[in-house]
Amino acid sequence: MDVNKNSYTFTFAAIMVVLVASLLSIAAISLKPFQDKNIEAEKMQNILTTVGVEVSREDAKNAYTKNITETFVLNNKGEVIEGVDAFNIDLGIELKKSPDEQMLPVFVGQNDGQTLYILPLRGKGLWGPIWGYLALEEDMNTVYGAVFDHKSETPGLGAEISLSWFEAPFKGKTIYEGNDFVSIKVVKGGAKEDDMHAVDGISGGTITSDGVTDMLAERLGQYVPFFSQKLSELNSELDSTTAVVDSSLTLNTIY
Amino acid sequence: MSDKKEALFSKKNRKLLIDPLNDNNPVTTQVLGICSALAITVQLKPAIVMAISVLAVLSVANVLVSLMRNLIPSRIRIIVQLVVIAALVILVDQVLKAFVYDVSKELSVFVGLIITNCIIMGRLEAFALGNTPWKAFLDGLGNAFGYGWILIAVAFFRELLGAGTLFGYPVLEKLGLYEMGYVNNGMMILPPMALVTVGIIIWIQRYKNRDLIES
Repeated sequence: MDVNKNSYTFTFAAIMVVLVASLLSIAAISLKPFQDKNIEAEKMQNILTTVGVEVSREDAKNAYTKNITETFVLNNKGEVIEGVDAFNIDLGIELKKSPDEQMLPVFVGQNDGQTLYILPLRGKGLWGPIWGYLALEEDMNTVYGAVFDHKSETPGLGAEISLSWFEAPFKGKTIYEGNDFVSIKVVKGGAKEDDMHAVDGISGGTITSDGVTDMLAERLGQYVPFFSQKLSELNSELDSTTAVVDSSLTLNTIY
Repeated sequence: MSDKKEALFSKKNRKLLIDPLNDNNPVTTQVLGICSALAITVQLKPAIVMAISVLAVLSVANVLVSLMRNLIPSRIRIIVQLVVIAALVILVDQVLKAFVYDVSKELSVFVGLIITNCIIMGRLEAFALGNTPWKAFLDGLGNAFGYGWILIAVAFFRELLGAGTLFGYPVLEKLGLYEMGYVNNGMMILPPMALVTVGIIIWIQRYKNRDLIES
């Protein structure tokens, strides 16, 4: 058989393409349920980590139903959008819409008797998307915990955003300076120790670090109307309850 | 092909396995696969996982192409090789994602990068197309090991000198070097130092074996 004949070449190529394509599609389709389960469990795991609950991927589902008490979806005016499941919202799709049309998920979690508001984040790293979750305390200002993850940042450099040394310093930082929303910055060369709105960047991972800064400012910025709303609720509650004397102190630290 | 049946590990076959480890190393002698040697040698763990992945893909691809060597039309042989490699890599990636999700996360983008590793296509083109499957398999193993040990050696020095850790374990801190005033060399974690480290290995290798020096 002459393997260099045109007809042979075409036949060979055609058969090869069909074979490989079917093999790969069969593999992709049959493995999809397993992969989706992993991804869903990981998402729950990430959300739980921000409220200080560390679980294995197998236990994620149970712990999630226990600790995450409520979810809702907002628009960028802080109004609740009914009939949408917050967990299934894909921020990758939302980010392509104009800000007015975006759906903003909020997860409400409980830990140590505290109510925590977990906001999903998504932005751009060096090589691909980066994302994460940030848990805020009830004052809508103090960060309780943060996790970050990435699709394809460089291991040892940008990929370090998903490690605890990078994530842990976010705890206790604040996103408001007085009444102004300032977000939290990732600072190249290290943040000043007394800076309440900055954490250390990653050497050799500047673009990913900047990506995290931008992501925080942009995503949290969308929630600002919601924060203000929550705060005024909090204020009026406190005003009406004279019994809570200490609360004025807490408020002073907020404003 | 020889008339006598060759022993599985004849001298020639052993040479296929051992040569790429040193004198015919794909990275230091043929200067292939430099891109990945640069990208994933910041830490030891990804370097090792990458070495294992390349080992799997290269040996299987070599055998597959060798089996098909009399059927592949020579005009589209490069495309065929690429399809074989890409299909294997995607398959590996999908299986990892489904069953060992953590490993797949660890590897992230580098699974895909295996496709672009010139060593794999180089071996398919230079060896598997003209040799029997068993020889191609040995050649694949040899070259993957040759690639792997360089990767691991470079990663060892970069992680140790750049971050002061090995597999994430703070070796230098435990040795008390920081208290004596030692400071990590941050430049080691930047990509250019991977090339310098590979360069030093090449230097040592050529110093020991003068035959490798180009005139």
